[in-house]
Amino acid sequence: MLAKRIIPCLDVTAGRVVKGINFVGLRDAGDPVEIARRYDDQGADELTFLDITASSDDRDLILHIIESVAAQVFIPFTVGGGVRSVNDVRRLLNAGADKVSINTSAVQNPQLVADASGRYGAQCIVVAIDAKRVVNSETLRWEVYTHGGRKATGIDALEWGRKMQALGAGEILLTSMDRDGTRVGFDIELTRAFSDMLEIPVIASGGVGGLAHLADGVLQGRADAVLAASIFHYGEFTVRQAKEHMAGKGIEVRL
Amino acid sequence: MSTIAVIDYGMGNLRSVSKAIEHVAPGAQVCVTDDPSVVRSAERVVFPGQGAMPDCMRELRGRGLYEAVMDAARDKPFLGICIGLQMLFDRSEEGDTPGLGVLPGRVRRFAHDLKDAAGQKLKVPHMGWNEVEQRIEHPLWKGIAQNARFYFVHSYYPDPVVGGPGAGLTAGVSRYPAEFSCAAARGNLFAVQFHPEKSAAAGLQLLANFASWTPLNGSSAAVQARLRDQST
Repeated sequence: MLAKRIIPCLDVTAGRVVKGINFVGLRDAGDPVEIARRYDDQGADELTFLDITASSDDRDLILHIIESVAAQVFIPFTVGGGVRSVNDVRRLLNAGADKVSINTSAVQNPQLVADASGRYGAQCIVVAIDAKRVVNSETLRWEVYTHGGRKATGIDALEWGRKMQALGAGEILLTSMDRDGTRVGFDIELTRAFSDMLEIPVIASGGVGGLAHLADGVLQGRADAVLAASIFHYGEFTVRQAKEHMAGKGIEVRL
Repeated sequence: MSTIAVIDYGMGNLRSVSKAIEHVAPGAQVCVTDDPSVVRSAERVVFPGQGAMPDCMRELRGRGLYEAVMDAARDKPFLGICIGLQMLFDRSEEGDTPGLGVLPGRVRRFAHDLKDAAGQKLKVPHMGWNEVEQRIEHPLWKGIAQNARFYFVHSYYPDPVVGGPGAGLTAGVSRYPAEFSCAAARGNLFAVQFHPEKSAAAGLQLLANFASWTPLNGSSAAVQARLRDQST
């Protein structure tokens, strides 16, 4: 049967991999191509590159990185950050990306998701949703944030997920802003709400601090894939260790 | 020098396919092309694909590639990937589109509300690494473990006619949750639903096998015998 995926995420800025806490306070974690190769060797199922300061910095740098990765790493990889038009999608795919992740631009122009999906197929369109719990709400709900988590939109996250699926997203990359960088585990309620609601795969993201969290994302959150950054970047755990842990919990993984 | 044509009908990322073949067959000249004459002169042809089948068929005809692809499918080592597998069949449920009709059978969509054995919802697209059970011995499976995992991403799957005139062999199956055909073989043709170019070591092995494959004549006794075995 289909294996649950483990996806190391590489936040890239100015050609380097970095990791922040709650979207701020960046720390250098190395060369993207070198890190991609290492994860491939460890058995990563996919890779995700997020160009996190793309809105303000030089965009084209990421195209060279993608080309280098595509020539050396033969597993699927997603690239996101600053994707504003179907032409941006085309350039990233032509550089060698398998999927393109759209976040802020989907909120500004939902038609972009429909157009890109219609042109290149749902399989390569990932919609990234940064969701934050709404405090002082009577019911449990989450709000969509954009611009790398800096801007509230007032949009209900679950409703947004449904809309993105309807417009042609092939997959949802769901990040809990409350948990991102905190290492206390995924927002399980958020993950489960999305996974139970949607027909398309959901990637859980934000908050992984240990291997048990990855298994929780699948077993409790019912995620189709789990994404993590810092536990892999600093050599704390290998992807293989993560998979062995998950296999030990009865989760089907590719070993 | 051996030339491998990767057919470009404008549907996106072909770099992955060409880079992966270059990686495993450094002696080959890999050409991403939409020029029918290049396809005709190539020694081998890879028919990749992603996107929606109606668009793919339209692009294939619009770019004047239809005849060259049909000719290649008749007599050259030919590898179809994903939509490049689906388009070989008679018809697809995706936009109710006629295919090339090289292999008898239809392409169907995964049902909604699929569940696994534990009752958990199975998502469509079928996306990720699934096991491939090899159903026949074939040079393209050489060096690849039985039930090795390959990377899939698709919402439609082939439902081939097995046995009868022109039918292919089901070279491999996968399960989601029901068994479906994920690899077809006939003479000089081999086509897979998964993406070998994205399937790490197992996928690279398959591409390496393709780059050095010398198909038996399609009408050889051995192939006929295996066809009979599978149809009974």
